[in-house]
Amino acid sequence: MEEFVQHLLNGLNLGAVYALIALGYTMVYGVLQLINFAHSEVYMVGAFAGFYGANFLRLTDKPGWGAFALTLLMSVVVCSVLGLCIERFAYRPLRNAPKLNALITAIGVSLFLQFAGQVVFGATPQFFPQVLEDRTLFQAGAIQIQLFDVTILSVALIAMAGLHYLIQYTRTGMAIRAVSFSFRSATLMGINVNGVIAVTFIIGSSLAGIAAVLVALKYPKIDPLMGMLYGMKAFVAAVLGGIGNFRGAVLGGIIMGLSEEMVVAYLSSSLRDALAFGLLIFILLVRPSGLLGQMKVEKV
Amino acid sequence: MRRFIRIVTTVSVLFLSVSCTKNSGQTPSQIAAALTEIRIGQFGSMTGGEATFGQSTDKGIRLAIDAKNASGGIKGKKIVLITEDNQGKPDEASAVVKKLITQDNVLAVLGEVASTRSLAAAPIAQKNKIPMISPSSTNPKVTKVGDYIFRVCFIDPFQGSVMARFANDNLKVKKVAILKDLKSDYSLGLAEFFSAKFKELGGEIVSEQNFQTGDSDFKGQLTRIRSSNPDALFIPAYYTEVGLIARQARQLGIKAVLLGGDGWDSPKLFEIGETAINGAYFSNHYATESNNLATQNFIKNFKAKYNHTPDGLAAAGYDAAMILINAIETAPELTPEAIRNQIAATKNYDGATGKITINGERNADKDAFIVKVDGKGLKFITLLGP
Repeated sequence: MEEFVQHLLNGLNLGAVYALIALGYTMVYGVLQLINFAHSEVYMVGAFAGFYGANFLRLTDKPGWGAFALTLLMSVVVCSVLGLCIERFAYRPLRNAPKLNALITAIGVSLFLQFAGQVVFGATPQFFPQVLEDRTLFQAGAIQIQLFDVTILSVALIAMAGLHYLIQYTRTGMAIRAVSFSFRSATLMGINVNGVIAVTFIIGSSLAGIAAVLVALKYPKIDPLMGMLYGMKAFVAAVLGGIGNFRGAVLGGIIMGLSEEMVVAYLSSSLRDALAFGLLIFILLVRPSGLLGQMKVEKV
Repeated sequence: MRRFIRIVTTVSVLFLSVSCTKNSGQTPSQIAAALTEIRIGQFGSMTGGEATFGQSTDKGIRLAIDAKNASGGIKGKKIVLITEDNQGKPDEASAVVKKLITQDNVLAVLGEVASTRSLAAAPIAQKNKIPMISPSSTNPKVTKVGDYIFRVCFIDPFQGSVMARFANDNLKVKKVAILKDLKSDYSLGLAEFFSAKFKELGGEIVSEQNFQTGDSDFKGQLTRIRSSNPDALFIPAYYTEVGLIARQARQLGIKAVLLGGDGWDSPKLFEIGETAINGAYFSNHYATESNNLATQNFIKNFKAKYNHTPDGLAAAGYDAAMILINAIETAPELTPEAIRNQIAATKNYDGATGKITINGERNADKDAFIVKVDGKGLKFITLLGP
């Protein structure tokens, strides 16, 4: 029993990481119907921004919430600027081209950032500075809950609720929904479409920045290819939950994390990644719109 | 514009035909022998997940070659080292070795540390009949590729059985769990040989779990290992993953002694593993405390050049380069074949990692050093022979 609870907690924590990254995919997809494959690289750049920023300001000398907030801020700013640049220079020129062109561009941007990252940051893994000390919050026998795990899960849930509020109850949200509904009509109605899309990218990229710092604190090894596997799995999670749907992204992430953990726990640890992608194929066959894909209410 | 393109095309076609005809009739090894300098190729992971492996080995190799060049080179010819980075990727390793042999016309190749990458490159060296010496690839398959492939270190059946003996005889542990990397030939081989020997000695492998290079979450596997309650946890993997595994194991409250192999040897191990790695044991190619004169000389020269203490892979790199230099020096003529024969004849060479004799299977017969992680350094525990 104790074993099972521990596996459950591990799975939940891993799932929260996927959920956090999946929210960024879903955000952009909801507006542009574009799978922004570069999202996982924005996430990687966010981790490096935090790494260089924290080392430059010597934040590890006095770790704590202040240092953590500062690292987070640096990462979010860099990610937002990067997201904006990607939108401006890679996606905007293709706004009126067929969707497939934009998709291929997204893959191109992703590969470009991966390999540019290897040149700029070096391919060697770096050790992320511990700007916040992890500690055990709760312990019962062998079962324990760590601070970072609780933080990641709560941030994922808060981000989900925040995005829902933003899309449904604010003027910006209304504009985003209008653009998502019909790009042309929105233009005719006097909505600044480019501005709205830019805002979407800023929000999506900020989420990647937040996720990057949190995950890098939990697993302190960062390298230019770190976004690839997590990005892929988060993407699967977003599709699983119904891409374009915030609650679906979180649900999908947690299902992914839990099922991966249970495979390791009760079947074989070598089947872990096979399961993630097997799940994607299965969902696409059985329910192409994802688990919560039909719920139009939240679909932006 | 169109004219410009036409010119460019013509010029490149001309270049292509020239570069094709230049080599006609001559094999890469014949070209290599005719050069006025002695070209040696090196391929290694200068960047990537195991970057300190490539960088340390490179420092060891350069130390050997620079010293030789300072004393006049070999038979009046200067040794030129051409280094290629494979970024820790096997496909890149075979590509750069192909380049070293066919474009740079090297006489011999030095590399790699990781067995998977040595295995990717060895068939190319073998096919072109260019001798290749791996400083520290321990998987037995590497030298089985062919008669031009050598290594100056022990192999995993030996390393695995040494760790099993150490766990059983010195640490007196009875129950061991294994966590291995499915994508690494080194990890799989070492796990297999450790497990076989440990069972033979009467011990029990209570749990065997897998992960994949690049993973960062190991809690599922470790939770399963925890429930089997082992006395020791054997992790035959490279330092980046080992550091993360050690941290997560301690977080989950696993108190078992951690054991490993030469893939742990890196200054980064302490950075990533921090206190979690303290008190762990692993087998290595050398120990700085060794009282062997050649080892102490190597450490002194290395420190004078680079201002820090060399790790085991630097020592192995140095030995590989020295054995190659000696072979080139004693070879009757400067051909890859003559050099190969001299490498194969190496006997009782007094190297930084101990006495090296190349045996019939082109491996080195050597002892293994068991070291213990002690704070930010390594402490020599014991020397185990075959």
